[in-house]
Amino acid sequence: MFQTIVPLFVDALANAALIFFVAFGLTLVFSVLRILNVAHGSFYSIGAYVSASIGLWIVSAGLNPWLTFPALLVSAALVAALFGPLIERTLVQWTYGRGEAVQILMTFGLFLILEDLQRLVFGVSSYYEDTPVALLGSIEIGGIIYLNYQLLLIALAVVALVAMRVFIGHTRMGRLLAVVVADREISEALGIDTRRMFTIAFTLGIFLAALGGALATPTAGVAPGLGADTMVLAFAVAAIGGLGQVEGAALAAVIVAAARVLAIYLFPALDAVAPYLVMLIVLLVRPYGLFGKPAIRRI
Amino acid sequence: MRKPIPLLVAALALLLLVPVAFPHLKFVITLAVAKGFAALGVALLLRGGLISLGHAMYFAIGAYATAFLGSKAGVSDLVLLLVASTAVAALAGLVFGAFLVRYRAIFFAMLNLAVSMVIFALTSKLYGITGGTDGLRVAVPTVLGWAPGKAAFDGFLFYLCILLMVVLGWLVHRYLQSPLGHALSAIHTNEVRLEYLGVSAWQTLLTSYTISAALAGLGGALAAMSIGHVLPEFAFWTESGHLVLTAVLGGIGGVAGAFIGSVFLEILHTVAVGVAAEAWNLIIGLALICVIFFLPRGIYGLIEARRGSTKETGL
Repeated sequence: MFQTIVPLFVDALANAALIFFVAFGLTLVFSVLRILNVAHGSFYSIGAYVSASIGLWIVSAGLNPWLTFPALLVSAALVAALFGPLIERTLVQWTYGRGEAVQILMTFGLFLILEDLQRLVFGVSSYYEDTPVALLGSIEIGGIIYLNYQLLLIALAVVALVAMRVFIGHTRMGRLLAVVVADREISEALGIDTRRMFTIAFTLGIFLAALGGALATPTAGVAPGLGADTMVLAFAVAAIGGLGQVEGAALAAVIVAAARVLAIYLFPALDAVAPYLVMLIVLLVRPYGLFGKPAIRRI
Repeated sequence: MRKPIPLLVAALALLLLVPVAFPHLKFVITLAVAKGFAALGVALLLRGGLISLGHAMYFAIGAYATAFLGSKAGVSDLVLLLVASTAVAALAGLVFGAFLVRYRAIFFAMLNLAVSMVIFALTSKLYGITGGTDGLRVAVPTVLGWAPGKAAFDGFLFYLCILLMVVLGWLVHRYLQSPLGHALSAIHTNEVRLEYLGVSAWQTLLTSYTISAALAGLGGALAAMSIGHVLPEFAFWTESGHLVLTAVLGGIGGVAGAFIGSVFLEILHTVAVGVAAEAWNLIIGLALICVIFFLPRGIYGLIEARRGSTKETGL
């Protein structure tokens, strides 16, 4: 049983690490901007398309294949720089202070536009580029073979979590962000440029989603519809952890991975249902998620 | 505020002429009205200030109920199918709604999404029962003993949809004018004050949630008969998003809004498929953002004659 469960769990965890990046971005944007970005999953698939295109170009141009690793990071940064400030400054900014219905609708409109833009730019065929996986090879531990790349994904998720903690706690910019999250009005009164903070947080959120997508291309590839599928999974992970709670999202990613393994092991047909079932159960018991705090009802 | 009755009657008369003037639009309009019922359900909740990102599940439940009853239980009568499917969706709405309507804002949206994704995943995975991603076929039903062919049935279904739209639209309108309907709008305005008046927000919302699920279920049943096939994609979250989009585009100020939005979108879709099939989502995405920016009351708000009071019924 150990021989089947552990590889399954590592596989599920590597997938969960990718979703965690998206949920991380989603939850970051929510905690700073108080906006649920329905188009967030699209940046995952755009990141995936861009990194796959760059990776394929590197290989076909005969460049050093190890360049595909920095290319993953560069493509995520490209997507974030291209879309982040532009979208935040135009569409998202307009919805501040309006109801959540408007915010959800606005970002849903954006989601529809981005879905078709991807189809128009990248076509409808799927992209697959696995140079990084091939380069890293595999490792055998206790008679079980693991892909090094998958272990790298899990490690990267942990690194991202720690890096964010250091960023928030020990840098000027991070502390300013924490102040904006804690109290928007007071931080404005203190002279913090909250608009700039919003743009930075939104761009950072997109970067994380695009990074998740870029990291996903070597193992999973990318095809149309990926954005919509990722969106709901990221929703589920972010909601289980509690919207705005990064550690919560990390724990939720592990729980979802465990639930999927359990489902594959016990009822294979329920594999895809597991994340949503966990979300439903957690939200029914704790509507604000595992780490979330209930909001005060104002009269 | 005066209701634009003459305009609506004129639009209705135009619709009735469709099978004669544009026979190929008959299917489009039938489907539009079917989806309009679901959009009306979403619009009801929007009036109470709740946005559901999972209402496509009731549409799917209604559609699958029709397919099941037809293929597994051997029910072939149209009236029986419609009533039973609507009842199944309403029951599902009552059960899920009993705990869902305790939540507000984003949590309501996300919990609906979670339930709908469970339904979506189950319908696409339980191959033995639901046919998996292949879906189920829906046979042409009989109408009170009359067994029409596909073409004759399509013609009949078109007029039935229009009739149901008028009758049920009027009933929902009456509901919104009733104290219960006003309580629903009051939840949006100030829920705590409403509870101080002794009105239970939970009961008010559960009633409206159940009605909205029933409407979506009826829409799903009609769509299943019209298309002749049901698919798990009916319950996917983007479909729920489209329902909200339809409701907002049409306008939630009046019952007609949801149907106007739906018919407008379906006709636009038919036109766009010929011109720019690849960019359909792009077009409606842009349309949605434009409506949010410039037309917060939707198309219905545009045709509604304003007189005296200018109560904001937009988002």
